[in-house]
Parts: sequence; structure tokens; C-alpha cells
Amino acid sequence: MGQAEYVIEMNHITKQFGNFKANDDVTLKVKKGEIHALLGENGAGKSTLMSVLFGLYQPEQGEIRINGKAVKISNPNDANALGIGMVHQHFKLVHNFTVLESIVLGHETTKGGILRMAEARKKITGLSERYKFKIDPDAYISDITVGMQQRVEILKMLYCDNDILIFDEPTAVLTPQEIGELLKAMKQLVAEGKSIIFITHKLNEIKAVADRCSVLRKGKYIGTVEVETATKEMLSEMMVGRKVNFKPQKQPYQPGKTILEAKGVTVKSRYGKDVVSNVSFQVHAGEILTIAGIDGNGQSELVYALTGMIPMEAGSVSLNGRDITEDSIRRRSLAGMAHIPEDRHKDGLVLDYTLQENLILQNYFTQRFQKRGFLKFDAVRSYARGLIERFDIRSGQGEDSIVRGMSGGNQQKAIIARELDRDPEIVIAVQPVRGLDVGAIEYIHQQLIAQRDGKKAVLLVSLELDEVMEVSDRILVMYEGEIVADVKPEEITAEELGLYMAGAKRSVKNEA
Amino acid sequence: MKHKHHFFESEGFASFISSVLAIACGLLFGLGILFISNPSQAYGGFMMVVQGCFTDGLAGIGLMLYYAVPIIMTGLSVGFAFRTGLFNIGASGQFTAGAFAAVYVGVKWTFLPEGIHWLVAILAAMLAGALWGLIPGLLKAYRNVNEVIASIMMNYIGMYLVNYLVRNTIYDQMKNQSLGVKSSAYLPTAGLENIFAGSKLNIGIFIAILCVVIIHVLLSRTTFGYELKACGKNENACKYAGINAKRNVVLSMVIAGALSGIGGALLYLSNTGKYLQVLDVIAPEGFNGICVALLGQSSPIGILFAGLFIAYITVGGGNMQLFNFVPEVIDIIVAAIIYCGALSLLIRNLLERIKVKKRQARERGEGQR
Repeated sequence: MGQAEYVIEMNHITKQFGNFKANDDVTLKVKKGEIHALLGENGAGKSTLMSVLFGLYQPEQGEIRINGKAVKISNPNDANALGIGMVHQHFKLVHNFTVLESIVLGHETTKGGILRMAEARKKITGLSERYKFKIDPDAYISDITVGMQQRVEILKMLYCDNDILIFDEPTAVLTPQEIGELLKAMKQLVAEGKSIIFITHKLNEIKAVADRCSVLRKGKYIGTVEVETATKEMLSEMMVGRKVNFKPQKQPYQPGKTILEAKGVTVKSRYGKDVVSNVSFQVHAGEILTIAGIDGNGQSELVYALTGMIPMEAGSVSLNGRDITEDSIRRRSLAGMAHIPEDRHKDGLVLDYTLQENLILQNYFTQRFQKRGFLKFDAVRSYARGLIERFDIRSGQGEDSIVRGMSGGNQQKAIIARELDRDPEIVIAVQPVRGLDVGAIEYIHQQLIAQRDGKKAVLLVSLELDEVMEVSDRILVMYEGEIVADVKPEEITAEELGLYMAGAKRSVKNEA
Repeated sequence: MKHKHHFFESEGFASFISSVLAIACGLLFGLGILFISNPSQAYGGFMMVVQGCFTDGLAGIGLMLYYAVPIIMTGLSVGFAFRTGLFNIGASGQFTAGAFAAVYVGVKWTFLPEGIHWLVAILAAMLAGALWGLIPGLLKAYRNVNEVIASIMMNYIGMYLVNYLVRNTIYDQMKNQSLGVKSSAYLPTAGLENIFAGSKLNIGIFIAILCVVIIHVLLSRTTFGYELKACGKNENACKYAGINAKRNVVLSMVIAGALSGIGGALLYLSNTGKYLQVLDVIAPEGFNGICVALLGQSSPIGILFAGLFIAYITVGGGNMQLFNFVPEVIDIIVAAIIYCGALSLLIRNLLERIKVKKRQARERGEGQR
């Protein structure tokens, strides 16, 4: 038979969890030397399929062939032996190890029980040069950037001589420049004969590098297309099952009066370093102001300070002209500040409460839901039903569903429903679409735009360039705790924005 | 098909069945111990445990109710705190503090009129217990001191302080214990002694049931309960929603302490020859309360029944002396049952897994057909 056409064939894979079919007769065939994109909404079964390939789950039905030979993969070691390596979405690195130590971890060359690092070092420097990774083998993981950490993960796969590389949403954490470099490296890898499975939500990246693309929807295999002939619209329709509107419709930008004003806001970290330094801006009615920036540049702390969840070192915040710097979280909320938090599991929801209990989290104490300290269960239930209906929140048992068991998109919808139904003056939304699929993203953006069009203010914190460019009326870029740019989306290119985000450029002086 | 499974697959049923299984395991283990210690009498002794209080008729039931009162109260204290995300291991200290306050008022405040004396004594116990809960609560809320450590320490402080105070205020030197409380401080029996003749029953059981109902309503019906449970499940989300999580931690510990304190009063005001002994022993009622809370899976109603059950086998265990078993063996059996009770969560998870497996097997079977 000679050379097999496909390096990986996963034929008719079915994987069940209880009643739920995470993969239902899914077939994935990857050719040697191609970048094969795996596209699907959250919960479409991409991760399950890869876990099956990696030996973490055993499928109920179906077979896996590697290089034409049927194999049984019962654990990740089997997968490794077959040359399959994976860069996980959340890196699995030891922070107080050096780059070199992290890469050889688990595959140490030893002689008489003594580590022999010299050979490993040579091999790693060689690989690093070949792919222009510019990595310092002696740097500590905790000291290098997220982009560099990802390169360490990639080097780890290459060091183990893996031929089949799985990238699980690798670009979610990178700057535009880093994304460009990663995609270049991926192309070089396949040119050298490796095969790549590229899991992603982002259609632009698929169009940029992938050869073919397989789409999953709700656990089912929808089809495989040649990327060259497929349009973005076509791919997203396959993924979501309906037409998706990429450019949200907005009314013309007519900013009104100032709703929220921050003056000289400074926040210190626990160690006394300024994480937010002297940040001032205004958000107007009828405006979506976006704070762009790479994760960890003080955006989260800024929002926590604005919403009263952490104290400010200096500065003031006012809402509709009233100083709220000293107000409690509850008073800010009652004054019309809604907060869609960055971490919905940590801050936004009580996961072990039911959906209806979560929907009243911000107003359970109002006359509407309580009388002399007793909850009015009927009122709560009918209110929850209304929101569920209006915001199309889907779950197993309606208002009685435990939120922990709901999908990420529906959890986020619950928060959005709760926050927007209070008719707030300003919505502060931090990465509201993180980890959500195209359909949910479209919906949430529509909701935010509806707020803006209804002459309310929206402060959006986003790490995603696409989101920043499409949704905002005005963009502030934050770098190392300071505002380095104040621009309009139509006046700037994505590349330029990337330079601001990476700290290579600044146009706003800190007038401290 | 769907309806048939509804009840058996509900949460409450799973809790109940796992508690029952835990008890069965404990009983079997106890039977094993009986066979080892005295094979010929093992069966008879075992039946005593199983029959529990019913061996002695109404008097036995009265005794069971009497034993159940303090551990229902401490169980409620631990269970309530647990529902709000706190592990109150200091029920013993709170119980002791409450007991002292009640006895002190009972002995010294003789100026109080009949009919009010005992009520004031209970209120004093409630306040003392609340104070003993307040301190770990404050430390937890404002200094982030783990409430387990703080409340364990409060157990020792409570024990030694009460010993000291008993010696210096209400000491009976001859018997190395507290003086007897004035009869007006005894809990009214409200005619219960006629129904359960020969038992030591008083209205303490009604007070305990009242507390169970109050805590149940508080947790499941009020906005305050909503806040407390939310803080227990996710403190960050509470902060985000503007709930004063720190205040709730303090209040939760205060309420838990008050419940244990009342428990102390109900035991020591019951005219049964119970006195505060000056001994360096931490009140076991507090630790039994942890077991009761576990067995009752922290639900107030569950705790009521768990407390009754533990009291039931304690009475049964006492009857085993008829079969020449030493009291230590009885304690071991009771402990084994409680121990298995603590494993009821484990059993519950096990049941869950079996259920899932069965369902899978069933579906596969249907799939092949």
C-alpha cells in the first residue's frame, strides 16, 4: 500500500458521557504535511475529540489510524510514542523552572542517574534557531512572556520528535505580532513534514494558514472543506448552523453627556507597585469606549477600582456628575453601574445556586423580591422566566437549573440578562465574549450596542483586536498601567493598535 | 418511565438513602465487634442496639428525646455554619460557655420570679455561646484567621475558663462541681413526665425543634439566608453583588454559637442531676454535633432526625449492659455508626457513579437491540 495518504484517521468516533453524546460519529482525516483546522462552537466536541486522540478518553465506537495502521491509544504516553504532541490552551509549565528544565521535563537524558543537560541544551538551541524562536534556555518561566511560554511548549513537542502537533486555541493569549510569528512558525513546521491540527474559533487565522478545515457542530461532524475555496461566511454558517452577522449594525455615533469619569485613578498592587497609574478618561452616553491591551496591563485592576471591589490609591470616580469614589459596591450598583465581570465563575455567579437565584443576585433585596426579609418565590420565578425567555438563556431545567451545569455561553447570557435588565446608566463589561462561540459573541455585541443606541454608556475591556475594532466608538490602549493611546477605530489599523498594545508606541502623555 | 424515576433520582432521596446505607454499614461493623468481644451474647446485644429506645417503651422514648436535645442543638450549630461556608468546630466551647452562663444565672440570680428564671438562663446561655462564636467570626472576617483553628482554640479557652469560673463563683467543693441550680431555673416539664413516665423529659425538645424550624426557615425562605448561603458558596460573587460578606461571616458564627449555647443550657437546666464538672475534658456534645451535622447532611430537618437517631442507638447501647457488654464496647459501636455516617458523602458519590454506569449500560443495551 506504500505511504498512507493520511497521518491521522479518526473514523466514526462516538464518545458519550451519560446521555450526552459529546462526539457523535465524527470523522477527522489529516493529511501528512498539512495544517488542518478544527472549527466549532464551544461544546461542539473539539476538545473531546482531541482528548480521544490523546488517549485521555476511550471512545465507545470508532477507530483511530495513524499512518494507515489501526492503533489503540489508552493514555497520553501511547500518544507520545506515536509522535502526537499537544500545546494546551492553558500551558502546563513549572514556573520556577528554567526554559531548558521545562523542556526536558519528563524526557531527561541521564547517565547513571545524573542529568546530562549539555546534549539537551544543544538540541534546544538548535531548534530555537531553526524556527527563529529567540529563546533563552536559562530564563525562568515566570520571567518570560506568555508568547515565549508558548514557544517553550512548542519546543517541548519538537524536542520529543513529535510529528503530529495539536494546537489548542493557541492565539487566544497572544498579541497580533506574536500571532503573526506563530502562524509563520506553523507554516515552517508543516513545510518540514510535520502535520498540524489547529483548533480555533478565529476564521481569519484559518484563512491565513490552514489547508483544510473540519467543522463540528453539537458533537456532529458537519464536513471538511478546502480553505482556499471557502469563505468566512460559509465557515461560520457551517459552524453555527445559520448566517452570522460579522459587522454589527450601529446607529451613527453621537456621544452625549459624560456618564462616568475617572480622574487620576491609581491602584497599587500588594507589593506596592503601581498596577494602574494616573488613569483618566470619560465615558459618554451613547458611546462604547473600549480599553484595549494585552492581558495583565492593569485593565482588571482598573475595573475593580471603578466598581469599588478594590480600593484606589489615588484619584476619583464620578457617575453622572456625582462623586462615587467612597461609595460601596452596592451603592454604585444602585446608582446605575452594571458590571459584567472578567471571571464569571469567580465573581459573576454563584455556581451552585440555581439560575433564578443567580438572576436576582443584584436585586434580591428590593421590594419586588422580598417582603419583611422573606423572599417572594413566585415573583422570583416569574421574573426569572421572563429573563430566560427574553435573553434566550438555555439550560436543562429552566429557572431551576444549577448554573454550574450550564454552558459558558448561557452562563454569560444569564449575567448579561441580570445586569442589563436593571437599566443601568453604564455597563462595564470585561471580556464579555471570552471563550464564547460566534453565535453568542454576535448576540452579546448586539446587546451592548443596544445599550449604546439607547443612549447609555458602555465601557468595554477587551483583549481581542477584532472585537476592539468592530464594536468600539473610541479606543483607549493600556500598557503597563497607563493609557498610551486614545484613538478612533476608523483612524487606526490593527497593526498600529498592536504596536500600542505591545508598548512600542505611545501617543498620550501621562500628565502626572 | 420518566415519572417512575423522578423521585428516586431526586437530590433529597440520594441524601436520605446514603445516610441509611451509612448507618447500615456502621451497624454491621458494630456487629463484628460484638462477635469478637463476646460471641455468645453478640446477637442479643446487637438486637438491643437495633431496638434502641423501644426496649423500654415510653420511658425509653423519653430518654431518647432527652439525649437528642443537646446534640440536635450542636448539630444545628455546625450544620448551619457549614451551609454558610464555615466549619464551626468550636461547638464544644460554645456549648460549655452557654452551659456555664445558664448554670450561673440558675444558681445566682435567685431574685428572678418563677416562670422567667429559666428563660433568662437560656437567654444568657445564648449570649455566651454567641460571644464564643463571635470571636472566631471576627478573626475570620477581618483578619482571615482560619475559623477551624480559632474555634478549636476557643474550645480550650472555654473549657479552662469555665472551670476557673465555676471554682470561683458557683463551686461545690465537696463534689468538685457546680452548685445545683434553683428549681425555678429548671426547664418546665409541661406534663411530659406524665406521658413519658420515668424519663427526664422536659420542654427542651420543643425548644430544639423550634430552633430547627427557625433555622430551616431562615436558610430557605429569607433574604438573609439567601445572602448567607451565597457567601458560603462563593464569597467573591457576594462581594461583587455588594453583599457585606464579612458581616455575614460574623453573623453566621454568632448564630452558630448561640445555637450551641442554647444546647448547653437545655442540658444543664434539665433537673437530671447534671452539674458542670471541673474536669479538663472538652464537652463531647460539640464533637457529636459535627457527626450529627454530617449524618444530617447539614439540612436542619436532616439534623433533627440524625440527632434523634444517635440518641436512639445511645439508649439502645445502654441496654446492652444487660448482655454483659462493657460500656466501652457500646461506645465503639456508637462511634462506628457515627464514623460511617461521616462516610455518607462518600457513599453518596459511589451511588451516583453506580447510577451513571447502570444508565450507560441500559442505553448501550437499548442501542444494540
